[in-house]
Amino acid sequence: MVNLGFSIGDLNFKNPVLTASGTFGYGTEYADFIDVSRLGGIVVKGTTLEPREGNPYPRMAETPSGMLNAVGLQNKGIDYFEKNIYPRISGVDTNIIVNVNGSYVKDYVALAERINELEKIPAIELNISCPNVKMGGMAFGTNPDSAREVTRAVRKVYSKILIVKLSPNVTNIVDFAKITEEEGADSLSLINTLLGMSVDTIKMKPALSTITGGLSGPAIKPIALRMVWQVAKAVKIPVIGIGGIMTTSDAIEFMLAGASAVQIGTASFIDPQISVKILEGINDYLNAKGFSDVKDIIGYINRT
Amino acid sequence: MAKCIENLKIIEIKRLNQDFFILELIAEDKMPEMLPGQFVQVKVEGSPETFLRRPISIHNVDYGKNTLKLLIQLAGKGTTALSKLNNGDVLNIIYPLGNSFSMPSNGGRSLLVGGGCGIAPLLFLGSYLKSNGYTLDILLGFRNMDRIIEYDEYMKLGKVFLTTEDGSMGEKGFVTDHSLFLSNSYDMIYCCGPESMMKAIALFSKKNRITCEVSLENLMACGIGACLCCVVETRKGNLCTCVDGPVFNINELKW
Repeated sequence: MVNLGFSIGDLNFKNPVLTASGTFGYGTEYADFIDVSRLGGIVVKGTTLEPREGNPYPRMAETPSGMLNAVGLQNKGIDYFEKNIYPRISGVDTNIIVNVNGSYVKDYVALAERINELEKIPAIELNISCPNVKMGGMAFGTNPDSAREVTRAVRKVYSKILIVKLSPNVTNIVDFAKITEEEGADSLSLINTLLGMSVDTIKMKPALSTITGGLSGPAIKPIALRMVWQVAKAVKIPVIGIGGIMTTSDAIEFMLAGASAVQIGTASFIDPQISVKILEGINDYLNAKGFSDVKDIIGYINRT
Repeated sequence: MAKCIENLKIIEIKRLNQDFFILELIAEDKMPEMLPGQFVQVKVEGSPETFLRRPISIHNVDYGKNTLKLLIQLAGKGTTALSKLNNGDVLNIIYPLGNSFSMPSNGGRSLLVGGGCGIAPLLFLGSYLKSNGYTLDILLGFRNMDRIIEYDEYMKLGKVFLTTEDGSMGEKGFVTDHSLFLSNSYDMIYCCGPESMMKAIALFSKKNRITCEVSLENLMACGIGACLCCVVETRKGNLCTCVDGPVFNINELKW
């Protein structure tokens, strides 16, 4: 029997496989394909105080080994979430984490306060790294002072587990990791998408309505892995690795580099069962390698 | 209706012309019930260029044989890769996805209008309508005579009218120019094809107060309502083409 569990602060996760915000809806979208309660956690769609329509179509472009998206945080707002979605998902036996967004610090704070009251939401993921909104999002995660300010403000009002999702669109992601850790983050998740673009040569115009968008998929995996490795060495809090994980082996790479857990994102679009397959694959890997606890491989390559 | 992910075996690949081919797929287990207008998400193996699944409408279903057909237009790397598969090869698909066309409310006459690749879902729809006792006419538009596909199949379902842009067969012009509109009245129009064609048919339907449904083919990633990439602007805000569509009543759209 392999122990797959890990914890962030006092919050226990049954295993280290979570699904990434914006790629897994509210979990219910995948219920025909897998038992979502087997997952370590589900990070639900990015949520804002007010309803948002997102960016105009087209907001997606396929790229080699990946895709660009410019969805722009389309969601029905916290009131709708609390009234219509929360009752449906709060019974699922896994950690449901809400991805929190805003245009201003006060929006993040107000939203975090609201979610703090939701009994069955044990954690939030503070999204200071969305590249697809005009205000807020990545603007917070690419400026050290703003990252500090928003993390500090949310920490003051949010008493449960605070995960901060970092942007890769910075010169040194370790600076942002250290700042948000100092301000009381319980965990860091990385990376959000990389800012990219694509041009339609037939129409002779940008493929996305917003011109630029966020690149995800296996194309970004080596960058994500490098950043997770850098951050995991620099902070004491658990790091959640995200970025192009398509297979068990990809997930293991992140864990060997220092990630306590992983989030599966774009891969779920191609195989809606992949998160559970990776979970089983991690179990098999540990058995084959003779480890009895998943913690034994976390940061393995950093030990000398 | 539960969605499933399955490996289906190719039993026939039929090349129709330079642009179109039909894949006939057989399932090992009993196929789920499918409705006209629904689509499948096909995984294209073996190339980093074809990273995402391809959404393709269900062209026809044979529950007796446990098979379904996909009518595919060669449009890019994904569809080209699919055209090169062989009998016996296996395709991984997620299905059935999306909503479906609704039945004519008062049992009246229907017109199915298709252009190019948009004719794909209309064969399944026509078969379904016919087997449920509805009367229908079919109007298909093509660029020229050489591009006409599946004509005999549609003939089995009802009266077929044709337009070609160069007049090489049927009436010359676009579907909206066809003379059948002068002498016939319909209670329901179903349309799938290029957006300009669907918009023209939508405008005609609105003017003549005919209920009209169109099937959209927006770019998709997940196909199951998770990524919110395939949205269309509607009177209820941005809706996903993959789960709230692909079929929309034209009154829902901001056309």
